[in-house]
Amino acid sequence: MNITRSLLAVLVCLSLASCMTVKEYQKSRINDSEMELSARKAEKFETGFYLYREGPSGANGGKSSGGCGCN
Amino acid sequence: MKKFTLTVALLLAGLVGRAQTQPAAETGYEARQLKIEEINFVSNYYHQEGNNSAVTGGIGTEKLTNYANSFDLVLSKIDRFNRVHTLSIDANIDYYTSASSDNIDPLTISSASKSDIHFYPSVTWRVADPRTRISRSLGYSYSREYDYQSHGFTAQVSKTSADNNREVSVRGSAFFDTWKAILPSELRPANYGSGAHNDRAGVDYKPRNSFNMALSLSQVVNKRLQLLVVLEPSLQQGLLSTPFHRVYFTDGSERIERLPGTRLKLPIGLRANYFYGDRVIIRSFYRFYVDDWGMQAHTANLEVPVKLTPFLSISPFYRFHTQTAVSFFRPYGGHDPNLLYHTSDYDIGNISTQFIGTGIRMAPPGGVLGIRAWNALELRYGHYTRSTGMVANSLTLLVKVK
Repeated sequence: MNITRSLLAVLVCLSLASCMTVKEYQKSRINDSEMELSARKAEKFETGFYLYREGPSGANGGKSSGGCGCN
Repeated sequence: MKKFTLTVALLLAGLVGRAQTQPAAETGYEARQLKIEEINFVSNYYHQEGNNSAVTGGIGTEKLTNYANSFDLVLSKIDRFNRVHTLSIDANIDYYTSASSDNIDPLTISSASKSDIHFYPSVTWRVADPRTRISRSLGYSYSREYDYQSHGFTAQVSKTSADNNREVSVRGSAFFDTWKAILPSELRPANYGSGAHNDRAGVDYKPRNSFNMALSLSQVVNKRLQLLVVLEPSLQQGLLSTPFHRVYFTDGSERIERLPGTRLKLPIGLRANYFYGDRVIIRSFYRFYVDDWGMQAHTANLEVPVKLTPFLSISPFYRFHTQTAVSFFRPYGGHDPNLLYHTSDYDIGNISTQFIGTGIRMAPPGGVLGIRAWNALELRYGHYTRSTGMVANSLTLLVKVK
């Protein structure tokens, strides 16, 4: 749980201390297709086989629980 | 497959045809036709080899080959209130052969490996209102395999900040699934069917319901960095064990897998993407997972797309996953016959896995291979290893048509 707390602390610090208002015209890099905050479409079937070969699911942009005879 | 392609083509033709018959604007607003935003075709080949199949109690072949194909289409339209309506249609079909599934009934004479088709389409309708910065969506999904059927419903609401740098989202989904309880041949009660098409003896059907809630927050931190945190608890109830998994006990007896009727899962994921310099992007992901069956897991993923030219990039990636076993796991022959729950399924055992590979993406301005409609092409290969000795290879081809 220490790792989780540390990550949350880093996230909160980054969100509160380092955020700046980024204008739309400054988002050429943020809007790059490789910067999308989701799993890539080409990863679709990889997140699928993790569901069968590993116990956890969810919070990764793929399927969570249900919808398949998987874990 | 022909029927499926024809259905999709007719659906597409119908939607586009309907869009073209929209009446001309008479009330002062501009009529905007239904527009195709994106079409993607994804094909994947996956093959695995291993010797810890749960069908044979934690020993025996895990050989499996899967061919998967996916087609997704995104359509959009702006209404008279300037709201953007997006319709996403996703259809997937997998064909697989599994040597372990063939061992459900090892006495029958069958092909070298059991095969099946998994069909799972979904449709999502989303409405985004730029005035309120609120998006709402509704979705339905269906899934069907030989022994499994699912109906899924999803609703989502998200709100973007005024400066468009932050988004908060809430998503709820429910899946109502049904297992066809196919049992190992030697463990079937008298008059219990095999589940085969030509077997007139009946089998049981058992429900499995899943309820998920996802809360997410995304934040643009600066011109190069953005973050996403997702908390996605889920509750499952019903038949959570796999009916044809065998378990062997210390006294030499054999039964089918038995697991509790509820499972509460709590994953939390963090994504951070950073644009380094002008050519390198660092995509990172970490997930912590815990559930009430006693499993804890950590998953980390790092992918570094490098733009060799504005139209060509390579994306090496590495993923590491480790998990503790659920409390009811024991290897072959290690179960206490006095305990209520038992499994020898290494998928929920104490394992660590690694997945390493690379992708190559081309998006030339004149279209891939000179075909203008082919907006982008991506080829992705990965090698997967598990601490139990299981190995797998995955090859994916994506063609984006816009």
